[in-house]
Amino acid sequence: MIRPSRDVSLHAGVLAALLLLFFVTSAYHNGNLARIMVLAVFAMGYNFLFGYTGLLSLGHALFFSAGMYGLGISMNHLDMTVLPAFGMGILASLAVTGAIGFLALRTSGVAFMIVTLMFAQAGYLTILLFGKYTRGDEGFVIQQAERTLFGIDLTDPTNRYFAAFALFAVSYLFIAWAVRTSFGRCLVAIRENEARARMLGYDTARHKYLALLASGVLSGASGAGYALLFGYAGATFASVQYSILPLLWVLLGGAGTTIGPLVGTAFAFYLVDVSSEFTSAYLLVVGATIVFLTLFFPQGLSGELRRRLAPWLP
Amino acid sequence: MASVSLLETRQVCKNFGGLDALVNVDFDLPGGQVRALIGPNGAGKSTLVGTICGRIKPTSGSILFDGQEITQMATHRRICLGIAYTFQITSVFSRLTAFENVALGVRRIHGNRRHKVRGLVMEALERVNIADLARQRAGDLSYGHQRLLEIAMGLGQSPVLFIMDEPTQGLSEGEIEGFKELIRSLSGQTTILLIEHNMNVVMETAQYITVLNSGSVLAEGTGDEMRRNKQVQAAYLGRN
Repeated sequence: MIRPSRDVSLHAGVLAALLLLFFVTSAYHNGNLARIMVLAVFAMGYNFLFGYTGLLSLGHALFFSAGMYGLGISMNHLDMTVLPAFGMGILASLAVTGAIGFLALRTSGVAFMIVTLMFAQAGYLTILLFGKYTRGDEGFVIQQAERTLFGIDLTDPTNRYFAAFALFAVSYLFIAWAVRTSFGRCLVAIRENEARARMLGYDTARHKYLALLASGVLSGASGAGYALLFGYAGATFASVQYSILPLLWVLLGGAGTTIGPLVGTAFAFYLVDVSSEFTSAYLLVVGATIVFLTLFFPQGLSGELRRRLAPWLP
Repeated sequence: MASVSLLETRQVCKNFGGLDALVNVDFDLPGGQVRALIGPNGAGKSTLVGTICGRIKPTSGSILFDGQEITQMATHRRICLGIAYTFQITSVFSRLTAFENVALGVRRIHGNRRHKVRGLVMEALERVNIADLARQRAGDLSYGHQRLLEIAMGLGQSPVLFIMDEPTQGLSEGEIEGFKELIRSLSGQTTILLIEHNMNVVMETAQYITVLNSGSVLAEGTGDEMRRNKQVQAAYLGRN
């Protein structure tokens, strides 16, 4: 039941593997992996709410883009340096999640999906409305010269890889720790049977709100990290597509598992990458693979691993 | 009754869209007692305990627990005061292990101290004789074992007041014997409010009985008094 050693070795192994991959793969794959690690943070944030708490949101693009624009606008318009700008990204996503969560959590199930979707669409349109600052769909570039942290040039591929790794590692260890706490266990109880969790004396409304805040902030950290490391912020990242993607990654990788989001994000990324090499109809390949996976591995890749081989998988 | 009331309901009414489920119910439960709440189907037993643990808001009246007004208090806060409730319809976390089901309640009180939690969970499971099933998924357990798991989930919280809604429903003869033994071992430490249809269990475990009929208290007294009570006989036999 409680096997900290296996958990700890899994987490250490995942992080060590990501470090090692930098040295054994080509520059091209290093670039991909940096992107995957940043986006996996988004997926992990999504998974915390969907996989562990059982709340399906269709509005996470807004939390991601709040972080992205929080950093981007702070750097481009307020002339902030990287660290405070990143803090602004976190604050922006915290504020947006806090306000939307307060209202959206009055609903549940399908209504929660619709409400979060609508808020995210309203957010997307707001970003377009303030096109003077956000540059709308066209977006804006964050100048290379400004993207330095403690004198380290984050546009350099090596530095970028390790910056992405740092962001991923902090988020990953946070999730791995959080799901082991009594708070995290209670989220699972809420997912399984909220009325019963309440009858065990848990303030389920408060738990759900805190889970949403953590989820939104991780998504925002991913958005801010993405803008910082890849030098671009744009309204496309607030569109509904970026609310669906983390859901897809989490479903593919395995909802409610700590490694699922990373596995799913990497899988989806390379599925597109590899299939587009062979055919221009790569979306067909992607679609067929997703249908196949959801039919035969409904619990995702690591969910299946947990079911068949490793029931202890956190 | 000489002892102080742990639980009191004062003139509690509940109206479900024109149907009076509870009418001016005054109910007193002294600390440490094992009380059975009986009555024909539809008498309002589950509704009454629902208002006590907060699942149902009374239309009027007030409820006091340990001298504190709890009528408007949120469910989870009442549970934190030391009220445990087992559902009439089995409501376990079916995809979690039996251990985790009990541990959830234990952790709410004792935090995430692993050894302490483990000890208390196993103790609760042992008291209902399903400790060997700790690692099984709750959903894979037999119906009777799920009922026992429900009771263990309550025990794990070391409640002051333990409300059980038809706990022996679906238990085998042997398990019912074990249940009676469990109630006897709890009496004195824990106040128990038992909704029960099995008269054998009621007579052997309850020190005092409250009979509800059509939403109000029909009679109260010891088992023998209730057995002889003409009104109680009519309420039961009249329906059969």
